[in-house]
Amino acid sequence: MGAGTPGLKPDRMITAAEPASILPLRLEDVGYAVGGKSLLSGISLRIEAGRRLMVMGANGAGKSLFLRLCHGLIDPTQGRRIWANGETRAETQAMVFQRPVLLRRSVAGNLEYPLALKGVSRAARRNAVSDTLERFGLGHMADRPARLLSGGEQQRLALARAWLMRPQVLFLDEPSSSLDPSATRAIETMIRHFSEDGITIVMSTHDLGQARRLGEDVVFLHRGGLMEHQRAVDFFAGPRTREARAFLAGDLLW
Amino acid sequence: MMQIIGLSLRVTLTAVVIACVIGLPLGAVLALARFPGRGAVVVLSNALMGLPPVVAGLVVYLMLSRSGPLGSLSLLFTPGAMIIAQTLLILPIVISLTRSVLEDLWAEYHEQLRSLGASRLRAVPTLLWDGRVSLLTGVLAGFGRASAEVGAVLVVGGNIADHTRTMTTAITLETNRGNLGLAVALGIVLLTLTLMLNAAAWGAGQWARGRLG
Repeated sequence: MGAGTPGLKPDRMITAAEPASILPLRLEDVGYAVGGKSLLSGISLRIEAGRRLMVMGANGAGKSLFLRLCHGLIDPTQGRRIWANGETRAETQAMVFQRPVLLRRSVAGNLEYPLALKGVSRAARRNAVSDTLERFGLGHMADRPARLLSGGEQQRLALARAWLMRPQVLFLDEPSSSLDPSATRAIETMIRHFSEDGITIVMSTHDLGQARRLGEDVVFLHRGGLMEHQRAVDFFAGPRTREARAFLAGDLLW
Repeated sequence: MMQIIGLSLRVTLTAVVIACVIGLPLGAVLALARFPGRGAVVVLSNALMGLPPVVAGLVVYLMLSRSGPLGSLSLLFTPGAMIIAQTLLILPIVISLTRSVLEDLWAEYHEQLRSLGASRLRAVPTLLWDGRVSLLTGVLAGFGRASAEVGAVLVVGGNIADHTRTMTTAITLETNRGNLGLAVALGIVLLTLTLMLNAAAWGAGQWARGRLG
């Protein structure tokens, strides 16, 4: 169905940069509690368009939860999450998880899936998929089962799938924490390209080197609370809080 | 003899297909939906996997007998009745297995699928397709159970020659008659079929694992 009828949808997909901006994202006194236990609390901030924001903090500080809450996988139990276009869960956003979750089908099939969910016609899907394969140098593995790729290839595919959805903002939860250095490089290069395409990046990492390389802004979380939100250069040059200083110093110790 | 084998396969395969058409969506709903009494339904479907074929046959017999609620259909002692009874035997297997396979997949997939924009309902076909290899194993287990059982088809089919006589009921009959040669021959056919089917399933599983990961 729809093959050879380049209607509205193909165009919409390919020049998807125009819909109303969903950024900045504002969090107003946001908290998240499960069973009376507060996991995030009192977080107020603005996530600006076009920046690369690093979410930092020790294990258990609430980084993953923070990303899921922004993305809309969980809803705040207090406070408000406000997208600039007024939606509660904006459509034009994507998330890449620490361990890539790929479907048990081919590389091309994985790329095609979210487009099928959006009701994009078969012909338009095929075009978008082949563009994406080419752009990220995945063409030679289009027909290979996604589950049998190496860890680095899987994460590159997950990133390509996110890019294909033309998000305005991309959330990444420690995207390279289980990858070797060269795969990590490849991921960072992709993230940079996304950023150059105008995609806002919000990414958690506990790799300080990576945060220095990629970060323009830094959010520092400690025990579910927002301790700092400032420009990356300033954060690394002189963190304002004791917790952040200890965190950065800890990196020097081990 | 070919007629007996043909009827056996026709009855069991039809029952498998019907059980899948009903059981796959039901199992999926049990895996993804949360409603009061869900636990009881899960326990019930697990327990019914061990339903003795004779009891399943008895239930269908009571439903279809002349004075039963469905007596007007005149299905008793026809292949149709045998299909119904075997569907009843396979259904719990398909439902329970689908639920367990899809629950595991959902645990792995649900954040990613929601992130990609899939609703719970839209996730069902995705999960069924991605669980296809494991689900096939379960469907074959159902086929094995149905093709091996004798109680249900005997009770509701009546083992009427040229009409409702299957391999298992024929084996029972010929053994009682002392016609052991024929009984053994049918037994070998039945075993061979089961063996071939399981070899095919195993091969498909291996191939899919190598192919799909």
